[in-house]
Amino acid sequence: MSGADIPVRVARVETVAERIKRIRFVPVDGRPLPTFSAGAHTVVTMRDGAKTIKNPYSLMGPLGDTTGYEISVLRTNNSHGGSQFVHEKLFEGAFVTISHPSNLFALDLRARKHLLIAGGIGITPIMAMADQLHQIGTPFELHYSTRTPSSGAYVDELKQRYGRKIHHYQTVSARRIDLANLLSQQPLGTHLYVCGPDVMIEDVLRLAREAGWPEQHLHAEHFTSPRGGLPFDVELAKSARTVRVKEDESILQALESAGLEPPYLCRGGACGQCETAVLSCDGNILHYDHYLTDEEKEQGRKIMICVSRIKGQRVTLDL
Amino acid sequence: MNQEFKKTTFRDDYTFYNSPESIRRFPFPFWEDKYMYSVNIEPHVKGPAGSVYEFPIDINEHYVSEMADRAIVLKEDPLRCQALPHMMLAQWDFLELLMTSMARDYPQWFSLTTEGDHWHWINKPLGIDQKFTFGDPSTLPQEPMEYIGRQCQGDFSIQDQRDGQLWMDAGIITTQADWSLDFDVGMNFMEWHGPVPLAHDMKVFDRALKFLLNLQLGQPVRRLNWTMTINPRLDTSPENFHKWGSDRTTVTPENVGDKVHLRVELQALFRLPRSNAILFSIRGYLIKLRELVTVPKWGRRLPRVLGSLPMELIDYKGITRYRDTTLEWLAKYDDGQPTSPGGGPD
Amino acid sequence: MLVDGIKSRPQYPGLTADAFAKVHVFAADGDGAQAVIDLFERQGRDINGRVIVVYADTAPGAPDYASRLEALPVELVHCMPTVATAITRLVGVLNVARMGTRIYASGTETMIGLTVQLAQELGMDPATVITEHRGSRARRVQCVHCKGMTENVTTNIVTCAHCGLSLLVRDHYSKRRAAFQGVCVDAEVRGEIPEITEIFK
Repeated sequence: MSGADIPVRVARVETVAERIKRIRFVPVDGRPLPTFSAGAHTVVTMRDGAKTIKNPYSLMGPLGDTTGYEISVLRTNNSHGGSQFVHEKLFEGAFVTISHPSNLFALDLRARKHLLIAGGIGITPIMAMADQLHQIGTPFELHYSTRTPSSGAYVDELKQRYGRKIHHYQTVSARRIDLANLLSQQPLGTHLYVCGPDVMIEDVLRLAREAGWPEQHLHAEHFTSPRGGLPFDVELAKSARTVRVKEDESILQALESAGLEPPYLCRGGACGQCETAVLSCDGNILHYDHYLTDEEKEQGRKIMICVSRIKGQRVTLDL
Repeated sequence: MNQEFKKTTFRDDYTFYNSPESIRRFPFPFWEDKYMYSVNIEPHVKGPAGSVYEFPIDINEHYVSEMADRAIVLKEDPLRCQALPHMMLAQWDFLELLMTSMARDYPQWFSLTTEGDHWHWINKPLGIDQKFTFGDPSTLPQEPMEYIGRQCQGDFSIQDQRDGQLWMDAGIITTQADWSLDFDVGMNFMEWHGPVPLAHDMKVFDRALKFLLNLQLGQPVRRLNWTMTINPRLDTSPENFHKWGSDRTTVTPENVGDKVHLRVELQALFRLPRSNAILFSIRGYLIKLRELVTVPKWGRRLPRVLGSLPMELIDYKGITRYRDTTLEWLAKYDDGQPTSPGGGPD
Repeated sequence: MLVDGIKSRPQYPGLTADAFAKVHVFAADGDGAQAVIDLFERQGRDINGRVIVVYADTAPGAPDYASRLEALPVELVHCMPTVATAITRLVGVLNVARMGTRIYASGTETMIGLTVQLAQELGMDPATVITEHRGSRARRVQCVHCKGMTENVTTNIVTCAHCGLSLLVRDHYSKRRAAFQGVCVDAEVRGEIPEITEIFK
């Protein structure tokens, strides 16, 4: 995937809310960037000293702007994530590379209406969706909840553009979103999209199912950040090598640091590109992805190396 | 290529033929001497100058004649071009891909100038000069897919991606190998390949689908497919099967070389940027067996491949009635010599 | 032309109640009514909320399905004389429906096909319709040549009701057209027609 990466320069870094920065990338060679679809993400590759950080971020739009891409990054306490680097060390003028956009959270354009629900930093792909729906003129509503008024990035911007289609809620105040009511009032043919913290996504999907919404009409951005864990060894059957996976890195990251180039796309356990066969494992596989079926997870013969780990000493992969 | 465009026909008097140059660049689809089913997908990257792979969209000496034939088909049956309502964004993606490729790679024939949404398209071979607003269908004489589809060789279908499936929700299909867009529009990848024998059991389509769902922007892929056609007829649609089906009974030992054509589809797949849909371009090439055997390697190999074809495929491709006659005619071009690997001429 | 084992052939897994749905809309024709009655017997406790049945009473001499449907704990039974009028009524019912409405279809492939087609037109994914086949296996066939629909086809080969060509009925099925594909069987040699057999009974 590195072969198709695009070198870009950080043209602007802007603090838009508590712990949230908006970054604008522009192409180094000045040639137009590819147009992208609402819900698409790009994988940003950053160098932090000797360490390479590759993180997926949703593209916010505006759609059709081929002179630059914009992302928003929430600073998290996750020590190995890229957010600290972005907040502390990524300045205007820095050079990074980005992948071609790809989309695992696309709009279903057959819908007669779209119900967009965002929590916190989950607003980023939803903003591109609102932009798209506004352009093609399909009815939509956007319900956006944030922790506090000041953490609500982009509320004013959205209200200015889309007026009464935007509904803002502060979870610390009493004005919480009445989901059950909202879900019961939508016309037949509505599709729902949710992006935000895992807990919120699970809540919204559960309530929608309980309100009788069919699975086919529910869409969620299921990016998972790789989480740390105990270290273990990965034995590579084909190349006859052993690579140590440390506490704060994923198998994919460890393999890349060792100079290997396994295929990947989303780095968030959603797309299936990095699916790898497990030949043996002396412990349990900790499946953190949203791609494999429950049955496949149970069988333990496959692993998504971008997010999943093992609890054990050693796993042998068909690589 | 700076050849003149030929004025030949693909119906009635069938005056179609290939120039020697066009024969040399024919994408012969058989890599070895026996038939092997494979998905054979490879990156759709720039090939050698003059080859059908030189540019993403190949325009050749038959351009003007093929566009004339498409116009006849669409006049007789407008249902050969259909797009479901949610595919408008993908239609604009499609128009953009074709116009930018054609203008970039064939500046002597096509030009595109853009200023924001104001686009100006010139197609010299067809005498078209059109100013329009990108994104506003009312500024074009037809919807965007039909408009540009009438100006580019090859059939096109556009697949929407949803729920881990690809859905054929739009297309302009006038030169198809016996499948109906009107019937298949709205079907998913498994459904529209439903009638294809053998491959389902081999899980060929499962693997191909999984691959295509992750097809990346800017990294198109391609494969070749083939069948045989009697007479150089482009419109071998099921809609008109009752009109052309009887051609299959007209093959005699005397006319094999002129009547029987190998028909190869260069299928390329592109991820479309705004809609996240996938474009299939199905670019067909026809060659008479008499033209084909002018390349000795192809004359040796074709009978060997046809002789090893499973019955199900002979049946599916509609070759049953004339296979033996064709094999007998081809036999004299196979001197038993070994052939070099790959599809190209020696 | 292959006929068997084609993947576009629809599957009808049988009715099961969606326990979460707030409104249940049943579309049925002929013996499809029995599938609804059986479902209430089997899973009645899972069917909460409002229930509306649109029934095409197309099974002459059959048990009095209309009154047996009325006897179920339902809000309303629309009893219509034909499949076509039932579909028109279904449009009226679903036009004002909200998410949380579950659509079920039971009976002939034609009834199921037209219900799924309508659901799609209203923006619902076709896979959300829960289906069960009952009664005649007669097919609705679209002639690929003239595009005319021939209803209640029980034989393979069949004569197109519109253009008169002899059609081979393939297992290739279009959800959008709610029909099987019919292709001229004697296109290669006119009059060379295989034996006509009654197979979709």
